[in-house]
Amino acid sequence: MRPLPAAELLAGCRGALRKLAQTARLAVGIPDYQGYVSHRRLRHPGEPVMSYEEFFRERLAARYRRGTSRCC
Amino acid sequence: MNSIVGKLGWAMVSLFAAFGLAALALHRGESVNAVWLVAVAVAVFMIGYRYYSRFIADSALRLDATRATPAQTRNDGLDYVPTDRFVLFGHHFAAIAGAGPLVGPVLAAQMGYLPGTLWILTGVIFAGAVQDFVILFLSTRRDARSLGDMIRAELGSAAGWVSMIGILAIMLMLLAVLALIVVNALAKSPWGTFTVAATLPIAVFMGLYMRVIRPGRVLEISAVGFVLLLASVWLGGRVAADPQWAQVFTFKAVQLTWMLIAYGFVASVLPVWLLLAPRDYLSTFLKIGTVALLAVAIALAAPVLKLPPVTRFIDGTGPVFAGTLFPFLFITIACGSVSGFHALVSSGTTPKMLDNEANARFIGYGGMLMESFVAIMALVAAAVLEPGVYFAMNSPPAVIGTTAESAAQAIGGWGFTVTPDMITQSAHDIGETTLLSRAGGAPTLAVGMAVILHQLVPGEGMMAFWYHYAILFEALFILTTLDAGTRIGRFMIQDLIGAAYAPFRRTESWLPNLAATALCVSGWGYFLYQGVKDPLGGINTLWPLFGIANQMLAGMALIFASVTLVKMKRERYAWITILPMGWLLICTLSAGWQKVFSADVRIGFAAHARKFGEALAQNQVLAPAKSIADMQRIVHNDRIDAALALLFMSVVVILALLGLQVAWRARRAGAATAMEAPYAPAPGR
Repeated sequence: MRPLPAAELLAGCRGALRKLAQTARLAVGIPDYQGYVSHRRLRHPGEPVMSYEEFFRERLAARYRRGTSRCC
Repeated sequence: MNSIVGKLGWAMVSLFAAFGLAALALHRGESVNAVWLVAVAVAVFMIGYRYYSRFIADSALRLDATRATPAQTRNDGLDYVPTDRFVLFGHHFAAIAGAGPLVGPVLAAQMGYLPGTLWILTGVIFAGAVQDFVILFLSTRRDARSLGDMIRAELGSAAGWVSMIGILAIMLMLLAVLALIVVNALAKSPWGTFTVAATLPIAVFMGLYMRVIRPGRVLEISAVGFVLLLASVWLGGRVAADPQWAQVFTFKAVQLTWMLIAYGFVASVLPVWLLLAPRDYLSTFLKIGTVALLAVAIALAAPVLKLPPVTRFIDGTGPVFAGTLFPFLFITIACGSVSGFHALVSSGTTPKMLDNEANARFIGYGGMLMESFVAIMALVAAAVLEPGVYFAMNSPPAVIGTTAESAAQAIGGWGFTVTPDMITQSAHDIGETTLLSRAGGAPTLAVGMAVILHQLVPGEGMMAFWYHYAILFEALFILTTLDAGTRIGRFMIQDLIGAAYAPFRRTESWLPNLAATALCVSGWGYFLYQGVKDPLGGINTLWPLFGIANQMLAGMALIFASVTLVKMKRERYAWITILPMGWLLICTLSAGWQKVFSADVRIGFAAHARKFGEALAQNQVLAPAKSIADMQRIVHNDRIDAALALLFMSVVVILALLGLQVAWRARRAGAATAMEAPYAPAPGR
């Protein structure tokens, strides 16, 4: 059964919002956490997965460490 | 059917662009609307993207969607992450956009809006976007390695060393110029100074929140930070209106210089989460939001351009910067047309997240078009001002004096009518006591933005609010660049010295850290101080040096790209990068040559040093110097600036010669000799 147009619209909006938030986070150097978790589960099963807080700290440090540069 | 409609559509866009450009160029008489200029620019961008970037993608680079990208082969969920192309576009744009595209076009407006517009449009289509795109592609094919690494691999270690020194020198120049812009904007402005100072406690509060209270909740605290920023702009107005508090936040340029130098040192040794990161977040979001706001405001307010298309200052006698249209226009507008700094972002960071090699075109070429659009808007913001006000804001005191009367008289002498009242009234409208000689682009852009936004949201006192909002927005990301840049410069210094004395490389040990940071800060601090003390207005001297440096970096990136195309045995298409490379080398080398050797004391460092040196030998004091010590400093600075220009020129010449040698060998080799990572098929394709 096709979902109601309103529900479809709502889902579309939610998806767009999620993408916007994802873009905003990546713009300051924090990639998608869910993506990281599913990558770890899929490719490195049984190995430890960082919590969001650890992930955030690690990414923050990485943004300003040696070898990164930005524009004028 | 569809393809016919499509072709017709593109033919219409092309016709519009061609007619629009012709109309702009041949336009005489009544004024042009800014919307027209922006529409023409967008049409040119669309055509460049649709045809030229596709041609480059298909013929020279042969993008291969079946080939795995570094994000796929090395996916770690952290640095290497295949990312949706629209999300990555946002990231890439946020990384390349900075103060550059906002400042250059404003300075170049002294020649009228037409030369700047034409150079921004041709520059981006044939040089800037090409550079970003090709470097992104080459780095994607080389495991997302950095420009320096790639130059070392393809051109040899000598070339690698030369470019490393070049990049460090450019970095220091950039930081000095940006800091000078902030100083010029905040000097004697209690409102601006208070607002910018308020960003420090706000950022520290955000940093603590993200570390302790709700770790990692970036977006909610950034929203709170944004509201606090707006509140500080409002509060700044109250501070400036109060005679006692206004005194507390009123500083002279020299005082601000020392504060910035001390700040730069402290901020870059503090832990990043406390100050640098939260302010970086704020400035990134504010930057994108404000650029979007400006675009909407220009479209809705549709302001009229008051600046003439071409002014008499193309002859090189302009007060904002000295030198004729060629070559100085082409180094004044760097970012927005072509910026070497993007080559550093396009290699290293962005290629680690490309989910498909074919998207390099959208991200690399498209991202630069977006930046160029920002440059066009900056030009519009400068061009909607009364030309007389524009020159009052951007001419050094040595030329227009220090009162509204003397400024109006001097500017009237150039043929731009302006009354002392207009100058004082403009300053009053934006809540400042003076706007004379606030060179550097940021204040001019802020006034232009305030004028445009005020047409959109009118109201008593709103103009002053918008002006200080715009100053805050620029100061915020300039300060972020300042500490992030100081950190990067520190790492570079540690690498360079570490090559001779290995323990110096260790970034976790304190002594080398502090020593390298101090070296870096005193490097840009020296030029900043020199610029502030320069009676001709430091922008006049430093911006050309920065422009030469930045365009030279682009030249280096394009030398690398051209040599690599030859090594790939695609020399048939190497003209795509050789063309902009040649143009940049011609511009930077001739501008550098003139800056050093021109007999005109307004341009040539050597001639200027000679004139002041001879006077000094006879114990004379020449204006604008006020003492013998001033005279000595001027001569000394001229020599250092000349040496720096010579250094930049020799770096690029050495790299060009090394590149030529490598390309010659590669041409005679039987097969492709470029060092790409081996082919691996992309998953799921």
